[in-house]
Amino acid sequence: MAAMAAGTALRELRYVEGPIRAFAIATVFWGVVGFLMGVVIAAQLAWPLLNLDLEWTTFGRLRPVHTSAVIFAFGGNALFCTSLYVVQRTCRARLFGGEEMGWFLFWGYQLVIVTAALGYVLGVTQGKEYAEPEWYVDLWLTVVWVFYLVAFGGTILRREEPHIYVANWFYLAFIITVAMLHIGNNLALPIGDGLAKSYGLAAGVQDAMIQWWYGHNAVGFFLTAGFLGMMYYFIPKQAERPVYSYRLSIVHFWALIFLYIWAGPHHLHYTALPDWAQTLGMVFSIMLWMPSWGGMINGIMTLSGAWDKLRTNPGLRFSVTAVGFYGMSTFEGPVMSIKAVNALSHYTDWTVGHVHSGAMGWVGFVTFGALYWLVPVLWRKKGLYSERLVSWHFWIATLGIVLYITAMWVSGIMQGLMWRAYDELGFLQYSFIETVAAMHPYYVIRFLGGVLYLSGALIMVYNLWKTVTEVPRVEEAAVPARAVPAAAQ
Amino acid sequence: MFKGFSHAVIERNLLLLGVLTLITVSIGGLAQIVPLFTVETTIERVQGIRPYTPLELMGRDIYVREGCYVCHSQMVRPFRDEHERYGHYSLAAESMYDRPFQWGSKRTGPDLARVGGRYSDEWHAQHLRDPRSLVPESIMPPYAFLDRPLDTSRIVSAMRTLRALGVPYTDEMIANALADARAQANPEADGSGLAQRYPRARQGNFDGNPRVLTEMDALIAYLQMLGTLVDFRDVTPEQLRQQ
Repeated sequence: MAAMAAGTALRELRYVEGPIRAFAIATVFWGVVGFLMGVVIAAQLAWPLLNLDLEWTTFGRLRPVHTSAVIFAFGGNALFCTSLYVVQRTCRARLFGGEEMGWFLFWGYQLVIVTAALGYVLGVTQGKEYAEPEWYVDLWLTVVWVFYLVAFGGTILRREEPHIYVANWFYLAFIITVAMLHIGNNLALPIGDGLAKSYGLAAGVQDAMIQWWYGHNAVGFFLTAGFLGMMYYFIPKQAERPVYSYRLSIVHFWALIFLYIWAGPHHLHYTALPDWAQTLGMVFSIMLWMPSWGGMINGIMTLSGAWDKLRTNPGLRFSVTAVGFYGMSTFEGPVMSIKAVNALSHYTDWTVGHVHSGAMGWVGFVTFGALYWLVPVLWRKKGLYSERLVSWHFWIATLGIVLYITAMWVSGIMQGLMWRAYDELGFLQYSFIETVAAMHPYYVIRFLGGVLYLSGALIMVYNLWKTVTEVPRVEEAAVPARAVPAAAQ
Repeated sequence: MFKGFSHAVIERNLLLLGVLTLITVSIGGLAQIVPLFTVETTIERVQGIRPYTPLELMGRDIYVREGCYVCHSQMVRPFRDEHERYGHYSLAAESMYDRPFQWGSKRTGPDLARVGGRYSDEWHAQHLRDPRSLVPESIMPPYAFLDRPLDTSRIVSAMRTLRALGVPYTDEMIANALADARAQANPEADGSGLAQRYPRARQGNFDGNPRVLTEMDALIAYLQMLGTLVDFRDVTPEQLRQQ
C-alpha cells in the first residue's frame, strides 16, 4: 500500500493530470449540451412552435449555441484534453508551466465558452458563421491560445525523446494555424458604446473570402488536423500496433496543411467572389482528397495484424469507424466542391448532412474512442465499467448518424432539384414555400437521428461515471507504459 | 526521400517545425485574399451604391443580431431559375459596405438579396410578428418582440466607427443621423435632407405606428432597401466584368 502511494506520488510529479481529467469531464459535459442543442434546433425546424415566441430561444440565436458547443466546447475540450496528455507522454516530460498552467488553460477556456454562449442568447454576435463571438471574447481566447502554444511548445522543448512524435506535428499545426485564422478573421473595431458591438475591418467580398478562409480551415485545422493528432496517438495505443507508415505520415502532414488553406472559396461558388478565386478553391479542394485519404489509410492500416481487436475492443471500434467516416466525408467534400455539383448542393441540406457526417462520424467517434481509452487510464481504473454499454453506444450512435445523413441527402438533393424545376410552359414549377413544406418529413427523421446520437452519448456518460466511481483502482505497476508506440522512429 | 534530405532534421527541431508549418499554411490565404484588395475590378463599377441610412444601418444590425443569415442568403447566383425567382444576380458592389457580409450559406428560407420592394410594409410587419398567419407552411420564428423602441443612442457611434473603417459617411450625415432615422420612419416628416444625403432612401410607416421609432421600423426599412440601389437597365456588361 505504501509502495503504491509512493508510485502514485512519483507519477503525479512527473505528469500533470488533474486539469486533463477536468478537460475530459468538460468534453463529456459540453458534448451532451451541444448534442442536446442540436436536437432542440432540429425540432424547431420540424415544429416551429418550439421557438417559443421568445427572443432568446429563436432558431437564429440558438443555432450558434449548438455549433459553438459542439465545435469549440466539445471538440475544443477534447483537443485540450488529448493534446496535453499526448504531448507529455510522447515527450516523457511534465507539462510546461505545471499544474497551474493546466488549470489556467482549463478555466480560461471554459470562460470563453460560457461568455460566447451567453452573448449568442442575448443577441451579441459578429454575425460570421463559426466566428460569432464578439471582440472581447476573441481577445480573451487569443490570450488563452498563446498560453496554450507556450505550454505545448514548452513541453516539447523539455522532451527526453529526440524526435517529436507525429501526433504532436498535427496538434502543433492545429494550434498555430487556428491562431492565425482566429486573428485574421476577427480583426474588428468596437463601436465604443458598451461591449456588445463591433464592425470588422473587411467588408463585402473581401470579408466573405476571409470568413471562409477561416471557416473552412476551422474544419481543416480545428476539426481535422487536431483530431488527426488524436488518431495518431490513440489508434496505435488501442490497437497496440505502430503507425502503419512513417513516410505516409510525413507526406500526408505537409500536403494536408498546405492544401487545406486554399479550399475556402468552395463555400462561395457562383457568388460575387471573382471566378479566379472560385476556381482555385475548387482545384485545391479536389487535390485535398489525396492527403485526406493518405491520413485515412495510415489510420486504418495501423490495424494490420490486429483486426481481431475490432471484435473485442468496442472503444477501438469507435476510433476506426471514425476514420471510415473521415474517409467518406473527405471524398464527399471534394465532390461537392466541383462547381457543377455545388450549383445543386449549395444552400441546401446536403451541406448540412455533409458537415454532420464529418462532425458526428469523425470528430464525435474519434473523441468517444479516445475517451473510452483515456478515462480508465486517467483515473487509474482497471478498465471500463461496461464494454457492453460501449457497444450499445456505438450501434445507437451509428444508427443516428445514418438516419441523419440519409435524411439530409434526400432533402438536400430534392430541394435543390425543386428550386430549378420548370413546368411544361417554362415557368418555375414550385414556389419556395412548397420546397419548405416538402422538407418536413426529413426534418423529423433528422431530429430522430439526433435523438439517437444524444441517447448514445448519455449511455457514455453513465458508463464513464460508473467507471470513475465503481471500478477498482489498478496496482501502479499495471498502468500502461508511458513509452511512445514504436511508430515514427 | 530526397537525396541528402532527412525529415529527421525537422522533427527534431521544434522551432523549425513550427516556422515551416506557419509558412506552409500562410501561402494559400495570402494568394487568395491579398489580390481581392489590390485588383480594382473585384468590385464592379456600377452606379447607385451608397452607405446605409441610419435607420437601415440599425435594421441591418438587428438582422445580424437575430441571426437571419443562418436561414436566408443574400446572394443571387447567375442561374436561370434564380434569375426568375429572385432577379439579377448579386454584385460584389452591392455588399461593399456590408460588415459583416451576409451572403449566407443556407436557404432554409428564400434569398433576400432583392427582397426590397417585393412586399408591402404591412406585409413585412405582419409576417415578422406572426409568419404563419400569412404563410401557413412557414417554419420561421415569430419576431413580435421587435415592436419595441429602437435604441437610438448607438447610431452615431456606429456611423463614426464605420467611417473610421472607410465608409464615406460625411460630417453632415453623422450630425443628422438621428433626425434622418426619425424622418425615414415617418412619411409625414420632411424627407428632403434624407433623400439628398441617401439617394433612393424610401420613407415609410414601416410598422404601422409613426409615433414610436421601433426595431421593427429599422428592420423593415433595411429589408425594403435590399437589392434596390442598382438600376440594372443602366448597367453595361463592361461594368460588370470582374478579374
